[in-house]
Amino acid sequence: MLALILLFPLLGFLANASFGRRLPKTISGGVASAVMVASFTVSAMTVWELAGLPVEQRAIEQTIYTWIASGDFVLDLTLRVDPLSAVMILVITGIGSLIHIYSTAYMHEEADSEYARYFAYLNLFAAFMLVLVLGANFLVMFVGWEGVGLCSYLLIGFWFKKQSAIDAGKKAFVVNRIGDYAFILGMLLLFAHFGTLDFQQLAATVATIPPEVGVFGVLSIASLLLFIGATGKSAQIPLYVWLPDAMEGPTPVSALIHAATMVTAGVYMIGRNAVLFSHAPGTLMIVAVIGALTALLAATIGLVQNDMKRVLAYSTVSQLGLMCLAMGVGAFGAGIFHLYTHAFFKALLFLGSGAVIHALHGEQDIRNMGGLKRHLPVTYWTFLVGALAISGVPLLSGFFSKDEILYEAFREGHTVLWFIGAVASLMTAAYMFRLVFLTFHGERRHDAPAHPEPSHPEPSHLAPSHLAPSPLHDAPPAMAFALIVLAIGAVLAGYIGVPHALGGHNQLAEWLAPSFAASGAVGGELAAVGAEEVALEFTLMGVSSAIALGGIAIAVLVWLRRPEIAASMARRYPGLHRLLLNKYYVDEVYNAVVVQPIRVGSQEGLWRGFDVRVIDGAVNGTGAIVAASAGVLRLLQTGFVRTYAGSMLIGVVVILGYYLW
Amino acid sequence: MPETLVFYLLSGLAIGASAIVIGQRNPMYSVMMLIASFGALAGLYVQLDAPFVAVAQIIIYAGAIMVLFLFVVMLLNASRENAAEWDRSHPLRQPAVVRFGGLLALLLVVQLAWALLSARGLAGPVGARGGAETVSSVRVLGRVLFTDYVFAFEATSILILVAMVGAVVLARREGEGS
Amino acid sequence: MIPLSHYLIVSAVLFTIGTAGVFLRRNFITILLSIEIMLNAVNLTFVAFGRQQGGVDGQIIVFFVMAVAAAEAAVGLAIVIGLYRHRESLNPDAFASLKW
Repeated sequence: MLALILLFPLLGFLANASFGRRLPKTISGGVASAVMVASFTVSAMTVWELAGLPVEQRAIEQTIYTWIASGDFVLDLTLRVDPLSAVMILVITGIGSLIHIYSTAYMHEEADSEYARYFAYLNLFAAFMLVLVLGANFLVMFVGWEGVGLCSYLLIGFWFKKQSAIDAGKKAFVVNRIGDYAFILGMLLLFAHFGTLDFQQLAATVATIPPEVGVFGVLSIASLLLFIGATGKSAQIPLYVWLPDAMEGPTPVSALIHAATMVTAGVYMIGRNAVLFSHAPGTLMIVAVIGALTALLAATIGLVQNDMKRVLAYSTVSQLGLMCLAMGVGAFGAGIFHLYTHAFFKALLFLGSGAVIHALHGEQDIRNMGGLKRHLPVTYWTFLVGALAISGVPLLSGFFSKDEILYEAFREGHTVLWFIGAVASLMTAAYMFRLVFLTFHGERRHDAPAHPEPSHPEPSHLAPSHLAPSPLHDAPPAMAFALIVLAIGAVLAGYIGVPHALGGHNQLAEWLAPSFAASGAVGGELAAVGAEEVALEFTLMGVSSAIALGGIAIAVLVWLRRPEIAASMARRYPGLHRLLLNKYYVDEVYNAVVVQPIRVGSQEGLWRGFDVRVIDGAVNGTGAIVAASAGVLRLLQTGFVRTYAGSMLIGVVVILGYYLW
Repeated sequence: MPETLVFYLLSGLAIGASAIVIGQRNPMYSVMMLIASFGALAGLYVQLDAPFVAVAQIIIYAGAIMVLFLFVVMLLNASRENAAEWDRSHPLRQPAVVRFGGLLALLLVVQLAWALLSARGLAGPVGARGGAETVSSVRVLGRVLFTDYVFAFEATSILILVAMVGAVVLARREGEGS
Repeated sequence: MIPLSHYLIVSAVLFTIGTAGVFLRRNFITILLSIEIMLNAVNLTFVAFGRQQGGVDGQIIVFFVMAVAAAEAAVGLAIVIGLYRHRESLNPDAFASLKW
């Protein structure tokens, strides 16, 4: 039955890929959404069945066939559901279904064949993502890992007639590839050292080895390599640069792939290998530091961006940083918790922005927005819920998960990391509400400098209009449905992880514990909570709430009440403002240090130098040598009979001489 | 001993005549000299207890083939060879090349002589095994020819037929009717 | 009795003379004559060896060699006639069209 979970989207892909261009939109979109809902249903049933099993045996396995049988090494295509992957499949299929339904309305202006192509890719992506999380060994996971990278490329470059979209797709794929290279090396190292790639077997073997404290051994190197792969997929420093550019794709794609699911693959991978990572404290520290720094860096950039989707992209990078921070301090359950709540509110925010862009016929610059609260009420209220959730306002889902992370960081003694995380959260609240206020409140503005083409290529009669405001329509029913469901989720999703201090049982952490078994790091979340710890937790909760509300207050002040503060600050620190606006010039640095040398090296060195001169020279040279030697040999054909007689005589003399010798 | 004397005489004649054959410029004289050489050889065959071969040599070689050569020489009116007739500037017509050919021939004879002299079993006198009667009888020759070698005999007759037809065809003037 | 080697030496010398003739002469007729000399040298060898071994096989072979030599001489002369008609020359160097 496990195979059905990923077979449904795969069938949807095959249907749309084969016949899609001839089907009307209702059918191709309907089929795609239906298979996702079917997959969700099967996932729910599987999780229900899983929950019915006793805690020690909570895993359902299905082997489809033996993939590799080479000597002693046998690798099967095995799917396994345990508590961790149960959470993941519900998120992927549930939020995936909602986004499919949303897309049926959002992509409606496309041609039939394009519409079908979109849904084919989206289904394929879902299938690969499910392979990734259901895989029972590294190789199956890697198939999914690569597959989602491929679909990401296809979907980012969906409007392939636009140069910036193609470039963004290529960038995403190439940067991911660098991470994948490290991932492969890590896999190979683990295989060479342990002889197996199965997660459970690896965990069992590693559990018997003492943790590599203070020394950088095989486990540390392997896990570090795996983490580098995760930085590619989950957009951490140094391989995050593809994610903001990936906003060239359609907004539902950004919601599904670059917010809720694919980018979380790296975090999931760390969680899946919790035992391995726990035995490599050096790597875990690196993970935490990078996570914290990424969170801070992205938050600072997000404060000044003017493109709506870019702000959300950097927000995603920042939240992924927080998840990595959680994994790095050993709070694997907290990291997954945040992954789960983040999926809800980030998808919600993206879909909401999609509704805004859809209503404004392609406008994405927030300097050209404002006052949309009146015109787009459903969009506004759901977006507001999402913004409140991500800011960490108490009683919404984001509060519980973010607070959990910060609490665990502080409790494990990483005060500096806690502080960085707190500052990043403050900025998160600030820039999110900046986005809300500039987009929905006040009066409609047209402050952005005119750009040559709309960011969303649509037929000309729908180009952004700067004339008298045409009636803006709010989200159509399909989109509104998804927004509302996600908003409800954003509010309620956190209640499965209510911490002990508030009287809850932190059911999510309990549920996930068997997946991280023997890691020794989850125990802390479940241990009996003493009175001191309760006080600490309350204090930190108060601090988190203060941070959230403080951030909102800053936003209210700077961007709602007195917008001139933002402008004056930009004028007073022009260098800093430019630095942030240009994303710390990281792309430019990468280009100069990595891309151009490789390009020049390939062109001048490898192509002109080696390929043309050496290889072509050898091939042409062979021909030239043959021609030259033939030119010499043909002189033997003199046409004189006596010459031929003479050569025969020479032959006779030589052979006779040889035999006589 | 008379035998040895005759031998040296005949072989000297044969070799000398052959030398003149290749040295002579006029082809007519060459043919004549070759006839003389064949005669000497026939004598050698007689000395080797092979009278049938000797007579056949005279009849076929000296009588038929050489006459044929004479006919052709006279038909073509082959004149003396004119050495300066052709362009001497071509590298392969230089005298040096010709001398190289002569050198090769000398080398060949040296090799052959050395081969013969270093081989064993050749020093014994001829005729050590059987008597002359068993070898020189035409009756014996005929019997062996038509029993052991009859296939080669028949094949050779066909060969001669083919050669005859070929010679007629080749020497025909062009454009003539069949 | 004359030792076999004597006959063989005579034969070798004759063969070499024939070879030299093929090489050095610039007249088709003479070349063919030289070939006949070579064939005769071989005949002598065969007869000598046959006599040495006491059977008639040597003579039989000579018989066939003569027949073949006759055929070859006939055909060769026919070719020479044909060539002469073409170029009015008996010099083999005149027929050098098949050169490089």
